[in-house]
Amino acid sequence: MLRLLTIELHKLKYNRASKVLSIIYFALLTSIALIAAIKFDIGPIKFHLAEQGIFNFPYIWHFNTYIAAIFKFFLLLVIVSMMANEYSYKTLKQNLIDGLSKKEFILSKFYTVIAFAFVSTLFVFIVSLILGAVYSDFNEISIIFSDLDYLFAFFIKLLGFFSFGLFLGILIKRSAFAVAAMIVWLIVESLIKGYLYWTFRNIKTGTDEAVNGIMQFFPLESMANLIKEPFTRLGAVKSVASQIGENFTKDYSVSLFNITIVLIWTAIFIYSSYALLKKRDL
Amino acid sequence: MSRQIHIINKNQKSLETILSIQNLDKKYGKVHAVNNLSFDIQKGNVYGILGPNGSGKSTTLGIILNVVNKTSGNFSWFDGKLSTHEALKKVGAIIERPNFYPYMTAVQNLQLICKIKGVSYDKIEEKLKIVNLYERRNSKFRTYSLGMKQRLAIASALLNDPEILILDEPTNGLDPQGIHEIRQIIKEIAQNGTTILLASHLLDEVEKVCSHVVVIRNGVKLYSGRVDEMTASNGFFELQADDQNKLKQLLESHSSIGTINSENGVLIANLSSELSASEINKFLFDNGISLSHLVKRKPSLEQQFLDLTNNQ
Repeated sequence: MLRLLTIELHKLKYNRASKVLSIIYFALLTSIALIAAIKFDIGPIKFHLAEQGIFNFPYIWHFNTYIAAIFKFFLLLVIVSMMANEYSYKTLKQNLIDGLSKKEFILSKFYTVIAFAFVSTLFVFIVSLILGAVYSDFNEISIIFSDLDYLFAFFIKLLGFFSFGLFLGILIKRSAFAVAAMIVWLIVESLIKGYLYWTFRNIKTGTDEAVNGIMQFFPLESMANLIKEPFTRLGAVKSVASQIGENFTKDYSVSLFNITIVLIWTAIFIYSSYALLKKRDL
Repeated sequence: MSRQIHIINKNQKSLETILSIQNLDKKYGKVHAVNNLSFDIQKGNVYGILGPNGSGKSTTLGIILNVVNKTSGNFSWFDGKLSTHEALKKVGAIIERPNFYPYMTAVQNLQLICKIKGVSYDKIEEKLKIVNLYERRNSKFRTYSLGMKQRLAIASALLNDPEILILDEPTNGLDPQGIHEIRQIIKEIAQNGTTILLASHLLDEVEKVCSHVVVIRNGVKLYSGRVDEMTASNGFFELQADDQNKLKQLLESHSSIGTINSENGVLIANLSSELSASEINKFLFDNGISLSHLVKRKPSLEQQFLDLTNNQ
């Protein structure tokens, strides 16, 4: 396993584009800390975002993983191009001739995806821990380390997303088209969602439930469901909402069922990549 | 040269099969690229695969190198003791154009191959020197000329001191200088006793280095065996005398002589059975003809190849 990972890292290490994108990605992850610096100080209105409770444990785990997941597109480019490049440089052929099996080839890519997801998770964990230590109102150990399942969900979310990218890279063989295909797929899912809303608009049991009951099985939707938006959970937002008569009763927790769906998609993507590679003549 | 090597190696080692191909078939839709192909590669020999463009050479090599899926049939490396991808770690192969990562230097590319093959970095320097790229070792691959790329490919194929070196059209697209350099390198490798499988449509290339040859056309094997036993021909004589007509009549009467052609005032007499030059000389002299020119020749590989591919 380590051998396959070092092979892939050797390929990435010397690739300038991949290196720059990875650095930007990790810099952006760190930049979450900059949110702490958001301060308005206009005469009587004093607003300091860090003091609104967004960095309170354990809420910070939810908030930071949600924000960090937005930056995953930078790594997606790295992952799609590391796959598509093997086709455009024809090095895939050379790798196989040199004695890498097709299975090992896919595994080396998959291990790299796992490594990227893991390092990202670790990074978010450390950044959040530091931010929380500085700004959180609660500092008991039991509170700090509660709700860590958001980090796990973050890891699974990246894993599923990058596996999807890997699969599209193999399927389409061109980085730009593979990324475009991902966007097209996102549009397709949105269209299906819209169509379902229209179909179920008069259903008695509730339109939302019916639509989500189906949509939760789609790859991108299931990944999006892993970490729900954290904003309406924020104390300040809640109090404002209740003043204007809105009441959020939403389940923000990470659902095990959802994680299972994403893991199944990951397995499907990786296995299909392997099946595709096995079937093709190079 | 190559024949000597073959004999030396044969004496040193018992025959060991490196690659065995049985009834290999490959169809691309309606195109039957490889048709029921069988042959064996023995250790220590230098093999040529000959065939016109599009005859299935590269497809065959692609199949045994794990990049093209066979339709049916079998092949086994090292008597089937190793799985294909494990066996390939002991093989050095270059097919078609050299493929490396353009953003890496020669050394970085070779390091990657060492990692894949599971060998140490020790040999990189030595192999780069063999192919004359040591001075350019830290230049990025994309800055290389085609000849340099091809030489780097050879260095990469030699990294693991392979049991067998597989070369597909190694001099394709090179200038005369480059062709000469590559051939020189191949000859040196052959002299070290490495088994070589060389696919080419360039006959002189094969003739110069190979001891054995496999001829294929349209995916069908026409011949496999030693280069010098390729056709059943007993050779031919080139003869010239003052009285060409009488010479021709005499030759026609001889039982060992088959067809007779005239080329540029020289008679070409094909042999239908074995006959030495001194025997024919004596026969003609006894019948009152003294020759001004007599040469016994074996047909060139080119002639043999054309005979084979045209006759069937």
